[in-house]
Amino acid sequence: MIGVGKMKQYGNVLDKPLNKGKTEVSLSAFAFLFSELVQYNQTQVDNIGELERRLEDAGYAVGARVLELLCHRDKGNRRETRLLGILSFVHSTVWKVLFGKVADSLEKGTEHEDEYMISEKELLVNKFISIPKDMGTFNCGAFVAGIVRGVLDGAGFPAVVTAHFVPMEGQQRPRTTILIKFAEEVLRREARLG
Amino acid sequence: MAAIYSLYIINKSGGLIYYKDYGSAGRMDTNDTLRVASLWHSMHAISQQLSPMSGCSGIELLQADTFDLHCFQSLTGTKFFAVCEPGTQQIESLLKYIYELYTDYVLKNPFYEIEMPIRCELFDINLTQSVQKDRVALLGQ
Repeated sequence: MIGVGKMKQYGNVLDKPLNKGKTEVSLSAFAFLFSELVQYNQTQVDNIGELERRLEDAGYAVGARVLELLCHRDKGNRRETRLLGILSFVHSTVWKVLFGKVADSLEKGTEHEDEYMISEKELLVNKFISIPKDMGTFNCGAFVAGIVRGVLDGAGFPAVVTAHFVPMEGQQRPRTTILIKFAEEVLRREARLG
Repeated sequence: MAAIYSLYIINKSGGLIYYKDYGSAGRMDTNDTLRVASLWHSMHAISQQLSPMSGCSGIELLQADTFDLHCFQSLTGTKFFAVCEPGTQQIESLLKYIYELYTDYVLKNPFYEIEMPIRCELFDINLTQSVQKDRVALLGQ
């Protein structure tokens, strides 16, 4: 049996080194798991808003853990204190680790001071999903919005994060925008820091 | 000019779950398509019994004067068959590719109920793209 005996057995899972680990996961396996997650939640709720909230909550748990893990692995336990810092952390590092590429774009909202948008042509979680017409504006990207909210909350930047489809002319599929609306206290702190 | 007239997908109980026609040569009204689907399902099953060789997996190719019918059955019993012009090449590989599209855009869709008619936008988009590509390739030969 090849490979047996090569792995050092650890008595306690907490003793295992927190190194890089395998960075590749089968996309199909994830797609099926995510599909089951959506289907399971569909049986538990009465309306679409509730379904979105549940997916977001599932993502929140992921986000909180991802923040801890990445701060330890990639940033040497330093934490971001500035708004732009945490946003570019989410846009680049978090996206790279979770989806294998950095997000397509990061923009500041023009209408409101507290709004920022991360856009993606096609979210990885939505790659195989076609939303039926009768579900309106529902977006399974609510899961990713939850992840972002988890990361921001854990880092001390409370925000309301939502996922939206933005139709583009000339493209058959709309692009997805993750809209981040920061809480008052974040903006006040940012203004104080100068 | 080799061309595909129509594409059918039937579930393991013989019900039609997807039908697409390309051009007026293959067009049929809904009731007829349902009948053809269940007819083919039964013929496919009977052919497995009639075959003189044991372990036969059913009809793969039906050749007639004015059309060819290629059939691909997956391990789960879902059948993909295409009616096309006589002598069209490479429909087998097209059917296998359509099976891949089915596993990706239909089976991984949480809003699709298994064995029900397929109403997935992404499946339609990718199917159209691949048939167009195939048409261009065939014309070029």
